[in-house]
Amino acid sequence: MNKENVSQERKTYLRKIKNRKRKILLTQIAIVILFIALWEILADYGIIDSFIMSQPSRIWHTLLDLSSNDLLRHLGITCLETIIGFLSGTILGILIAILLWWSDFLSKVSEPFLVVLNSLPKVALGPVIIIWVGAGMPAIIVMALSISLIVTILENLNGFLGTDKEKIKMAKTFGASKFQILTKIVIPSNISTFINSLKVNIGLSLVGVISGEFLVSKGGLGYLIVYGGQVFQLDLVMTSVLILGIVAAIMYESVVLLEKRILKKIK
Amino acid sequence: MSEMLRVENITKKYQAKNGEIEALKPIHFAIQEGEFVSLIGPSGCGKSTLLSIIAGLEPKNSGEIFIGGEKVQGISPKIGYMLQKDSLLEWRTIWNNVTFGLEIRGIKTKENEAYVEELLKKYKISEFKDKYPSQLSGGMRQRVALIRTLAVKPNILLLDEAFSALDYQTRIMVTKDIYHILKNENKTVLMVTHDISEAISMSDRIIVLTSRPASVKKIHTIDFKMQDRDPLNCRQSPLFSEYFNTLWKELEVHE
Repeated sequence: MNKENVSQERKTYLRKIKNRKRKILLTQIAIVILFIALWEILADYGIIDSFIMSQPSRIWHTLLDLSSNDLLRHLGITCLETIIGFLSGTILGILIAILLWWSDFLSKVSEPFLVVLNSLPKVALGPVIIIWVGAGMPAIIVMALSISLIVTILENLNGFLGTDKEKIKMAKTFGASKFQILTKIVIPSNISTFINSLKVNIGLSLVGVISGEFLVSKGGLGYLIVYGGQVFQLDLVMTSVLILGIVAAIMYESVVLLEKRILKKIK
Repeated sequence: MSEMLRVENITKKYQAKNGEIEALKPIHFAIQEGEFVSLIGPSGCGKSTLLSIIAGLEPKNSGEIFIGGEKVQGISPKIGYMLQKDSLLEWRTIWNNVTFGLEIRGIKTKENEAYVEELLKKYKISEFKDKYPSQLSGGMRQRVALIRTLAVKPNILLLDEAFSALDYQTRIMVTKDIYHILKNENKTVLMVTHDISEAISMSDRIIVLTSRPASVKKIHTIDFKMQDRDPLNCRQSPLFSEYFNTLWKELEVHE
């Protein structure tokens, strides 16, 4: 738009929006700073016990001291396990959903089992998984997989079954085979379903990995948290939680970035 | 004129948990080449079912369907089908939408592509070739859907309430548009509609069905005795309201 053509009202309106955005961001930053400052000061004056609550400055020191407590290695382990669990859960889930879409009979047969498995807290399977696959990384990955798999199946199957019936009918009038309907109508119609399950799964896999590490591990952020708790090293626990939060945010944001890429491509 | 479609003694029963529903009593009629015929009937009488059966999308209980004298079974490549919604695939460009049928049938040859290209040019869609459906108006989309159907060179077109999803004004324009294209391409058409005036304005003959179980009640020949017939000028003819009243009474719309 031409700059001279912008009316005064428009300018005020645009400024208003900009101001509001800035205000929201500033408030958010202020909350974080205030929270950290209050925590630090209250701990300094002994109003809260920094031994059990830790303290921002102590977390900072722990962070800087990466090498002595092997933080990086633990971080790497957790990330690796999460990514493997995430990818296998998503791919396997989508493949099973396709299979169930293909066979109405199979889908009806498996329905009650899926419902039960879905509502079962998967963490309860932890001990069983450890016995079956051994107490190590495989167990943790299986745990992450078990948490994300069923949800992926159900959500994708739902999406597939919700594909516009008219579009499927249209393809049928040209004599489309079931495979053609799958690849040319159902799958492209469900791109947003796929992306949604990516978003959900990244969080769920992390839950699976951390609870798995609580149970079995000799490494990973989950292990650090449990270990830190047992030896009353709350600085370590808080630092691990902080890193975990950042990792989760980065993983989620990368899925969002991927989503934007894909949506741009297909419009 | 030779016979294009013949429907012989088609019946249809639905099996439901709470019993059997007879949808179609033996139905027969025939359509000549180049004719535009409409099927009308009280709502829920099974006219869309009949169309689906002719298209091979639904199984029938008995009866035969002949196209150009040849018996057809299942989904025939001789039939083009247009649905209520344009069902354009929004992730494909217009070009990839209009060639969808060719792609599905595995006949996306240079020759066929050239034919589609020609259709696009003739009906002024060429410039939108690389656009996406969301960038087109409702009327344009319907035209694209028609070209997608014509691309596979069907002998007969079945229109299933093809215009009823459009708002009134667009609808009037689209019917005119589609009518001209169909006449221009000399296509035989069987259209199902619940709109009496739409049927009168477009058809050469109108088949009136009874309420369920449907059978052919009467077949009317519509002749406006004018050259350059067009759905719009038909509506202005004094004969229009006469036809309308006859058909209205025939449908026995009781409240």
